[in-house]
Amino acid sequence: MNARVELDRLLPQLAHSHLDWLEEEAIFILREVAATFERPALLFSGGKDSCVVLRLAEKAFKRAQGNGRCAGRLPFPLLHVDTGHNFPEVIAFRDQRVAEMGERLLVAHLDDSIARGSVRLADPLESRNGHQSVTLLEAIDEHRLDCLIGGARRDEEKARAKERIFSHRDSFGQWQPKEQRPELWTLFNTRIRPGEHFRAFPISNWTELDVWLYIAREQIPLPDIYYAHERDVVRRRGLLVPVTDVTPPRTGEAIERLQVRFRTVGDMTCTCPVESPASDATEVVTETLTVTISERGATRMDDRTSDASMERRKKEGYF
Amino acid sequence: MSAVLEHEAQLALAAVAPQADHRALRFLTAGSVDDGKSTLIGRLLYDSRAILADQLDTLHARAAGEPIDLSLLTDGLEAEREQGITIDVAFRYFATRQRKFIIADAPGHEQYTRNMVTAAAGSDAAVVLVDLTKIDWRAPVVELLPQTRRHALLAQLLRVPSIVFAVNKIDAVDDAAAAYAAVRGALQRFAHDAGLTALAGIVPVSALRGDNVTRPLHTAWFDGPSLLELLERLPTTQETTHGPLAMPVQYVARDGDGVGHQARTLWGRIARGRICTGDAVQLLPGGHRAQVQAVLRAGRPVPSAGAGESAGLVLDRQLDVSRGDWIAAPGSLRESRRFSATLAWLDTEPAQIGRRYLVRHGNRWVQARIGAIEHRLDIHTLEPTDAHELAVNDIGEVTVELQQPLPLEPYADNRVAGALIVVDPSSHRTSGALLVRETAAPS
Repeated sequence: MNARVELDRLLPQLAHSHLDWLEEEAIFILREVAATFERPALLFSGGKDSCVVLRLAEKAFKRAQGNGRCAGRLPFPLLHVDTGHNFPEVIAFRDQRVAEMGERLLVAHLDDSIARGSVRLADPLESRNGHQSVTLLEAIDEHRLDCLIGGARRDEEKARAKERIFSHRDSFGQWQPKEQRPELWTLFNTRIRPGEHFRAFPISNWTELDVWLYIAREQIPLPDIYYAHERDVVRRRGLLVPVTDVTPPRTGEAIERLQVRFRTVGDMTCTCPVESPASDATEVVTETLTVTISERGATRMDDRTSDASMERRKKEGYF
Repeated sequence: MSAVLEHEAQLALAAVAPQADHRALRFLTAGSVDDGKSTLIGRLLYDSRAILADQLDTLHARAAGEPIDLSLLTDGLEAEREQGITIDVAFRYFATRQRKFIIADAPGHEQYTRNMVTAAAGSDAAVVLVDLTKIDWRAPVVELLPQTRRHALLAQLLRVPSIVFAVNKIDAVDDAAAAYAAVRGALQRFAHDAGLTALAGIVPVSALRGDNVTRPLHTAWFDGPSLLELLERLPTTQETTHGPLAMPVQYVARDGDGVGHQARTLWGRIARGRICTGDAVQLLPGGHRAQVQAVLRAGRPVPSAGAGESAGLVLDRQLDVSRGDWIAAPGSLRESRRFSATLAWLDTEPAQIGRRYLVRHGNRWVQARIGAIEHRLDIHTLEPTDAHELAVNDIGEVTVELQQPLPLEPYADNRVAGALIVVDPSSHRTSGALLVRETAAPS
C-alpha cells in the first residue's frame, strides 16, 4: 500500500500539521481519561471513527517500534455493543484487530438484553439501533465502568454540536443537555458520584474529512465495506438499502447490484451505503471533498425520522 | 479515479489547505437576541459550503416557499427550538481556502455571561455583533449599546487575543456609509477609552444579504477586508515558548511488566518553555531535582518538545511523582497559598465567602475558600461596585485561600498557571472560573 505517497501527490498543499494539532488534542484527552478514571473503556465497533480513536490510544499509551508496530498495552479494555445485526465483515475485522493488538475486548450482546427482557422488540426485524442504549448501560453496570471513550464528532449532528468533550451521565445513564457543566480551557471537571459515569470524546473537533485524511495518512486498517464493492441494494426513500437477512426487499422493490461503499457503519437495519468507486482512503478523501450530502443524511435511516432523533437517543444513554 | 473528479478535488482541496499557521482558528461570536448572530453564522457556513444538501432540504421544508432562514442552521436542541432560544454553547466547523475554523457560538440572553466565559476560554478571537439599526447614529455623540460594551469588555477581561466588531444590518439603514462611519467612530473611541488592546478590526456586514461576510463589499465607502478575510489573517493564540520550563504532570505511565524497578514516564502538556534531553529540572512540590534522560512524543523519543505539546519525560532517578505535580526549570516556580483573582461565577447558587470549594489548577484538585469579595465588576462598564455576594453571571475581584500551595502565576503571563475552575463539592457543578491577578508571597 502506498497511501501516503498517493496522498502527498493528491494533496500537495495540505500540510499535515493541522492533523497533528487534532492528534495532539485527542491524545491529551485520552491520557486525561486514563489518569482520572478508575475503570474506563474504549468503545470499539470496528467503525472508522472508533478505528481512529484506537490508533490515537496506541499513540497515547504504547511505545512505537521500528516495524510500525507498538509495544505495551492500553490502560483500559475495549467495549463493543453487538446488536446481533452487525455486518459480519465488521465483526470479523473487529476480532482480527483485537487479536493483532493483544487487547482485551468486552462484548455486550443486545440478544442477552432481549433474553433478560430488558429490551422488548415490537417487531423481530425492527431496527435495534435505539435499543443499544439499554445494553450499553447494562454493560456499564456489569463492568462498573466510570468512563466510556467514544468516537462521536460534533460535526455529525446538531445535538452533538453541543456535547462536551467530557460529558456527564447521571445515575440513570441519561444526558441532561440543559445541565451540562461549563467546559473551560482544558480544566475538565470529571468529578462523579458512585453510579454516575462520563463519556469522553477525543475527536469531538474532527470533521468527516479530517477522519479520512488521518486514516489515509496513518494507513489505518478499516473493514473492507468502507471501500467500493458490489452489493445488492434496493432504493427506498432516496437511500440505498442493503439487502440482508434483516433488511429484505419489500414488495415491489427491485434489487439492483451496485458499486457502493459505506460512509458510516452501524446496525445493519439503519445503515445505508452510497454509490462510489472509491477503493482506498485517498479516493474517499477526494470524494469527501466534493460531497454534497451530510454523512448521516446519506446513510442513516434512524436520523431521518425527526429533526431531533439523535438528541432523544442521546438523552436515553445512546453513544 | 477520473481526471474530472481529481480536478474537482484539487479545487476543493485548496479549500482546506492551510497557510503558515496550521491550527484551526477558534472564535466565539457574541451578540444579543436579534443582533443577527445566528444569521451571520448561518451565512458563514452557507457561503463556505459547510451546509450540505440534506441540511438545506430541512431548511427549505421549514421555509415553506419563503427564502430560507439561515439562522435556523444553528438551532441545536429540541428544547431550544420549542422555546425559540438557544441554551448552550454550540461548536460549528467550516473551512476556507486558507484555514479551518471552529465557531464557539454562545447564546446571547439570560445565561449570557456564563456561556460567553465558556466560549471565550480557549478562543483565539471574538466577533462582537453590533446592530446598526439599534443605534442612533445621527446623534451628535453616538452611543453604543450596553451589550456591545459588555461583550467587548468581557472578551478583553478573559484575554481573548483578538476582538473584531462586525457592524451588522448595513442593508437595513437608508445611508449605510454615514451610519457605518458614525458607529465606527464610536467603536474606536470606546476602544481607545477602555484600553481595548485586543481590537483587531471593525467591518461592516449584512449577514442577511451576505454583504462583506465572505464576499468583499466593493463600495466607495468601504474597501477593507470582508469579515472572513479578516478572520483568515488573525493569529491563533501563541504558546509561551520563551521562558523557563513549566509542565504540570498529567499522567504517570509505568513501563515494562510491573516487576522490579520500573522506568516511569511522566506525561504532561508543556505550559511554558522547552525541554531537551539532559536538562536539569525541579519537581514541585518537594523541590527535588533530577536530569531528563529522555523526552518522548506519542511513544517516540525526540530531542526536545515545546510549549503546547504533550511530552513524556523519563528522569535519571526515581522520584515520587504523581499527577498534579509540576516539573519546572530549577528555581523558576513559586508556590502560593493566597492569591487575588477575577472570578466569573457560573452557578445559580451564589458564591459564598468562607465556604469550602474544590478548585482545579493544572492537573491538581485542592480545597479552597473565597477569603473576601473585593468588589463586583459592573457588567456594562467593568467599574468596581461594592458587593458581598456574587450571583450567577456576576464577575468580581476576590481573594482566595488554598489548603495547599500551588505554583500560580498571573493569567496575563501564563494561561495554564493562571487559570482555575471552582467546583461545588456537593453538586459537583462547575461553579466558577478564576483568573489569577496577583499571588501573595508564601507564608
